[in-house]
Parts: sequence; C-alpha cells; structure tokens
Amino acid sequence: MNREQTSRLLQQHGAVMVLGLLVIVGSLAFDSFATPANAASVVVSSSFLAIIAIGMTFVIISGGIDLSVGSLFVLGGVLAAYGSRHGLLAALLLPLAVCGIVGLLQGLVIARTGMAPFIVTLAGLLGVRGLMLAISDEGATTYLVEDRTFAALGQNELLGLSYPVYVTIALALAAMVLLQRTGFGQNVYAIGGNEQAAALMGVPVARTKVYVYVMSGLLAGLAGALNAARLSSGVTILGIGLELDAIAAVVIGGTLLTGGAGGISGSVAGVLLLGVIQSIINQVGSLTSAFQQVVSGAFLALVVVAQRLLSKAQRLT
Amino acid sequence: MRRTELEAVLEAKGISKRFPGVLALDDVSLALRPGEVHALVGENGAGKSTLIKVFTGVYRPDGGELRYQGGPAAFATPMEAQRAGIQTIYQEVNLVPMMSVARNLLLGREPRGRFGVIDAAAMYGEAERVLAGYGVDTDVRRPLRTLGVGAQQMVALARAVSVDARVVIMDEPTSSLEPREVETLFGVIRKLRERGIAVMYVSHRLDELYQVCDRVTVLRDGRLAHTGPLAELERLKLISLMLGRDLNEVRSDGLTSFSRDHAGEPHRNGQAPVVEARGLTRRHVLDGVDVSVRPGEVVGLGGLLGAGRTETAKAIVGALPLDGGQVLVAGAPLRAGSTAAAIRAGVSLLPEDRKAEGIIPTLSVRENIALAALPALGRAGVVSEAKIDRVVEIFMRRLRIKAASPHQLVSELSGGNQQKVLLARWLAVRPKVLLLDEPTRGIDVGAKAEVQALIDELAEEGLGVLLISSDLEELVEGADRILVLREGAVVGELSGDEVTEERIMATIAEQADG
Repeated sequence: MNREQTSRLLQQHGAVMVLGLLVIVGSLAFDSFATPANAASVVVSSSFLAIIAIGMTFVIISGGIDLSVGSLFVLGGVLAAYGSRHGLLAALLLPLAVCGIVGLLQGLVIARTGMAPFIVTLAGLLGVRGLMLAISDEGATTYLVEDRTFAALGQNELLGLSYPVYVTIALALAAMVLLQRTGFGQNVYAIGGNEQAAALMGVPVARTKVYVYVMSGLLAGLAGALNAARLSSGVTILGIGLELDAIAAVVIGGTLLTGGAGGISGSVAGVLLLGVIQSIINQVGSLTSAFQQVVSGAFLALVVVAQRLLSKAQRLT
Repeated sequence: MRRTELEAVLEAKGISKRFPGVLALDDVSLALRPGEVHALVGENGAGKSTLIKVFTGVYRPDGGELRYQGGPAAFATPMEAQRAGIQTIYQEVNLVPMMSVARNLLLGREPRGRFGVIDAAAMYGEAERVLAGYGVDTDVRRPLRTLGVGAQQMVALARAVSVDARVVIMDEPTSSLEPREVETLFGVIRKLRERGIAVMYVSHRLDELYQVCDRVTVLRDGRLAHTGPLAELERLKLISLMLGRDLNEVRSDGLTSFSRDHAGEPHRNGQAPVVEARGLTRRHVLDGVDVSVRPGEVVGLGGLLGAGRTETAKAIVGALPLDGGQVLVAGAPLRAGSTAAAIRAGVSLLPEDRKAEGIIPTLSVRENIALAALPALGRAGVVSEAKIDRVVEIFMRRLRIKAASPHQLVSELSGGNQQKVLLARWLAVRPKVLLLDEPTRGIDVGAKAEVQALIDELAEEGLGVLLISSDLEELVEGADRILVLREGAVVGELSGDEVTEERIMATIAEQADG
C-alpha cells in the first residue's frame, strides 16, 4: 500500500480506528467500562446526536452548514409532546412537518439567493428557539407525553437497547446507500467538491441543496421527538450547542468542513467517540464532566490538523 | 438547403457583443464545419474568450445571429449549449477534484443495478474501458486530484465527448501538458475529426496549430482579421495578422511619445547590470530565462500572449514560485519568493492587471501612493504624516495626476490617472529597476503619451526599465534592447538596428526546431 492509499484510508476510517483503540484502552483501564450496562448507556445516549449528525453529514459534504439543528431538536421535542395529546400520529407528524418546513425555507433561501448557509441557519437557530419559547410560555410550560404508544417508542427495549438505537441504525444504513449509491448522493459530493463544475456537469445544484436542508431539518425534528418520547416530556432547556456537537462529530468522522468528501460511517463513529470520551472521563472519579469538553475540544483540534496533513500527503503523490 | 459544401454545424453570423465602454465583438462571423479542427487565435482583448462564451451560452450576443445544426440557436445557459452537444474543455479542468475518476467521468450517467441503485462494479469497469481509449491507464477509484493535470484533462475530454458532442471547444488545452500528453491529445483530436465532430482549438502555440488544425480564424480588437485554410498561411503572415501590423507598414514610424535616440548608447554597455536574472525556470511556464537590465537602459520583452513575459517579470520580483534560477541585484543574490526583499533591494513591478493586482480602490490617492513607501517614511514604525504629504505632492505634480485632491478615492479617477498613481507608488520607494507590464494598456491617448514620456525621462535619470508591451510600436520605440520570448524561453535578442517590428515578428515565427 502506498502513502496515498494509506492517507486516504486514515482520512476515511481514522475515526473508527481511534474509536476501537479507545474502547480497548477503556476496557483495560476500568472494570466498569466494558460492562453491557455501560455500553448500552453510551449507545443509547449517542443515538439522538447520531440522527442529527447523519443529516449534518449531507449538509457539510454539500459544502454547507446547518446551525439550526439544535433549536429544531428542542422544538421537535416540544411539538411531539404537545402533539401526543392527539395520538401517536400527531406526536410524530407535527414535529416532522414543522422542522421539515423550516429546513425547506432555509434550503430555498440558501439555494435561490446564494446567501451563506452559516448566516441563514444562524437566523434559523435564533428564530426556531424563539418559536419554541413562544409555544412553551418562555419555557415555563413543559408538555408531558400523553400517548402510551409514543412513549414506548422511546423507552421500550429490544435486546437491552431502546428502540431509538434501532431507528438510528436503520437511518444510518439508508443514508449510506443514499450517499454512495444514488444520483442524489453523487450530486451532493459534486456540489461540495466544485459547485461550478457540478453545474456544468448537469447537476441540479439548487434542488439538491434544498433537499439536503430539508433532510437535516427532518432528522433534527425526529431526534427531538424520539428524545421527548424517551423523557416522557418536551423538555425546553435541552439542545443548546447541540449543533456544534453534531458538527464536531461529523468533522471528527473525517468529513471535510469545506465539503466534497466524507461519509456516514465516520460521522456515526465520531458521535460514538464523543460518547466514549465522556464515559471514560466519568470512570475517572476525580475528573468532573467539564473535562469531557476539554478532551473533546482537544481531540477535534487534533483531527483537523491531521486532516490537513493527510490531504497534503494525498496531493503530493 | 445548400449542400454544395459541408454545411457549418455551428456558425456565428455578424455577431456583436458590447460591454460597458467596450465593443468586445464587432460583426464577427465564423463557421465551424463538421470534421474540421478550427484554430481560433488572437492577442489579449481580441475577443476570443467573448466569442467562445457566446458559442457556449455564457453570453447572449447583442447583434447578429448564432446558428446551430442548420437552425437559429439561442442558448440561455451553458447547460443548454451542452445538452445541445456543444462541449467546452477549459484550461482549468472543470471537474470535481475530490471525487473518484470514475464518478467524475460518469456523473449523472452511472450504470444502475437493482432498485435503481448505482452498480459500482459496472461503473468502474465502464470507466476503465472508456479511459483506455484516451491513453489514461489508472485506478479509476482514485480521487481525480491525485492524477496529473494531463490525465485530468483527458478525463474531462472523455466525459465531454461521451455525452454526444457535435462541437468540442478547447481553450488552451496544452498549456499544462507534457509533450507525451500533447501527442495523446492530438491523437484524440484526430479521432474526433474522423467521427465528424467539429473541434475549435484555441492556442498561442503556433507549432501546435500547424500540427492539428485545418483552418484558422484570427481575431483582432474584436473584429475578424482573417479566416481561411491554415496550411496556406505563412507563419510570419499569421503573426502579423494577430499583432495587427501590416508587413509593409512596419517601416512607417513615429506615433509614440518616445523621444530618446535608442541606437545603442555606448557609455552604458560597459556598466554592470543593476538587475540580472539567471535561468528562471518554472515547469510549463518558464524555461531558463536570462534577463539583465543596466542602469538607464530600457529592455523590452517581446512575444505573443502566453510566451512568459508577465511571468518573467513576476519571477524577478519574487511573485512567482520558481523551480530554479536566481536573481541578482547589483551583484548580490535576492532572497527567492519575497517581493518585500525585492522592493527593499530596489526592484519594483507595475503589474499588468491594475484592478486586481495594483490599486486599492477603497483607499485615497494619497494612501495608494504612500502604501509601498510607508516603511521608509517614518521612524520605528510610526509614519510621519508630513513626510507622506511631501512625497505625495511631489509625485502628483511631477506625474500630473488629475485628482480633485490627494484625498479623493483612487477608484474615481480615470484609468490613465490610476496608472500614474501606481507609477507614483513605485517611484516613491526609489527603485533602481522598474518592471512595467503593459503600462499603457487601456488608458487614453493623452495619458499614454505622458506615461511613455515619463519612462523616457526616468531612464535618462539612470533608472533601469524592463518594458512589457503587446503594442509592438511602443516596444520598438521605447526599448534599447529587446528579448523575444516564446513558450517560456528566450528565443532571440535584438539590439541597435535590429530593433524593428519586422525582426520581432520574424523571431517569434521561427520554428522551434530550427
């Protein structure tokens, strides 16, 4: 294997390798790390961020960014709890419809006006949070999940793992096929790699961008709804900074922030990595959970530097 | 419909295109026939790129008619032109560098398997098969950017041709190719010709034109200068058509404002060069260029567009990364790649593209003039306002810069006055050598004369000048000595009585191999 292939492999699967390494180190160092209970807790708590990160992966590969997902996650949760008073269908459809429409609007503005995704979705972040506060009396009202079936969706377990984990796995697999094996996925890569060339190659640039933001909005809303089902209520104080966790996970997973390269498996590994880092810090009794952020931040910085070096190594050959 | 001769597949009839202040195309007609390789040549500002953009749907013409496959055509977007079968291969490869070779080649036409999902194995197989026909033998799974530029261009060409092209336009396709890759490209072009595809070939490399092209169209200043079979056209004649100098008229003299007698002034020949560049080399751009300028000497750089004139000037001031070569100022080597070092040593460049590389439009005349001289106009990093005022005043008066006040925005001045502001900027740092790249392009006649007179005056005072100009007359009357460049190498040096337009053109026309 030559240097170029090695660096490409590291870029694409580095996160999975580091994840494996960290799991081994954690298992050897702490008796209570490699227990089924701990593993289940890491996986279950990671699943909501993973759903958001899947949407974020599409957005970032297309050369964009979506800062609104944290707010949409909370709004989705509140709307799901509110909707659950009218049954399972309302609990699921209400958050999906509203978050999908927010994504659609953002996508249309970004694709049609050429405004920077950063600004458009920052406006989305602020606007959606305001909307959430407005329907929850400034966050004072917490709607409780009234529908039993909906609550079961977030709480029931199969083989020791709650349902959202399986939803996440199914979504990740579908997203992989969508990204790697369909024209839409190829268009996402092409736009992020070189938008002008993509347009000249016949890629429907505007339409693809709109789809990407709709997808990101839908997934954030779904993650919020599932989280509400798990907690039996639409908690209004969650989700602040969640968009940044999602971006961090995607970048750690090997997707380039400049677009054009990356993948779903890396992003899922990135989410799990953040979860495992947190779990290990928890095992070390003397460290507070604030250290989790310090370590995650340092790790992110390391990954970005490594990516820069790797892409240089690829160019030199 | 007439079928007496091969009917044109793509035809421009009396096309005009106007931009604010310029008539970029003026009544240009050009017919591209199936199965011919048609050369399109012309110097800077001739209208080549505008014409290509009209053909490919980037611009809509203001006048005239565009006809395609026997009917009138109006392409609203490049996509429409492409769908109709007009493909363009740009100088910069227009593909997605991070995607794999196969995915680039087949994007939008990937072979599908079950459930409409892309069949990766079939895709790689097809890509390998297609590319083999273009001499590209590589792992098609690799990202495109890991290929050489030549191979990337072949992928672009293969993609363009495989989507049912009737017309392929190539804009400077060989500018970054190795000789072996050029041969492959020519092979592909000949195959296209056999298949009845019309190829428009834009290049400045005359050798290549004579190797592959059947006919040629010469544009000059937005107008059609000539169109006809290439083999019948003598090289020297082609160059004179491009440069707009009638061979018989070359002898008529005296429209520029250069007054000095340039017949080799002996007192200078003994002097040591103030700047000396040795063996400037950069892959595909410069090939061992030697240039030296003595104090008070005006050295001209001649050659066609793309011959390496601008690049030579940039290389001397360290603004172009080099693979080899050295620049000496007054005998001492200059640190490579540092324009700051060059300016400190007394070498300054007045760039060709005033807007992009020269003036800072949001600053005033005063600030633009003082910019480069700031380090010299203060103490310990604190700038003296009084000193700036003095310098600005001196140069505004001497160069007769017409501005309401030193505080007027430079972007509000005319092109000629902007150019004078730039000259003032570099004169303010008291250079020993000034490199002037097209100093009078795009400025009005009066300002042009003033700039030319100023160059004279400065040389008289002992400044060394390197003059680049596409205006042959300006070059001949302004320069004491002329180096002629072709394809990045010096192919001739003219001095004394040899400094004539005719000799310059003849030197450019000489065939590379003898």
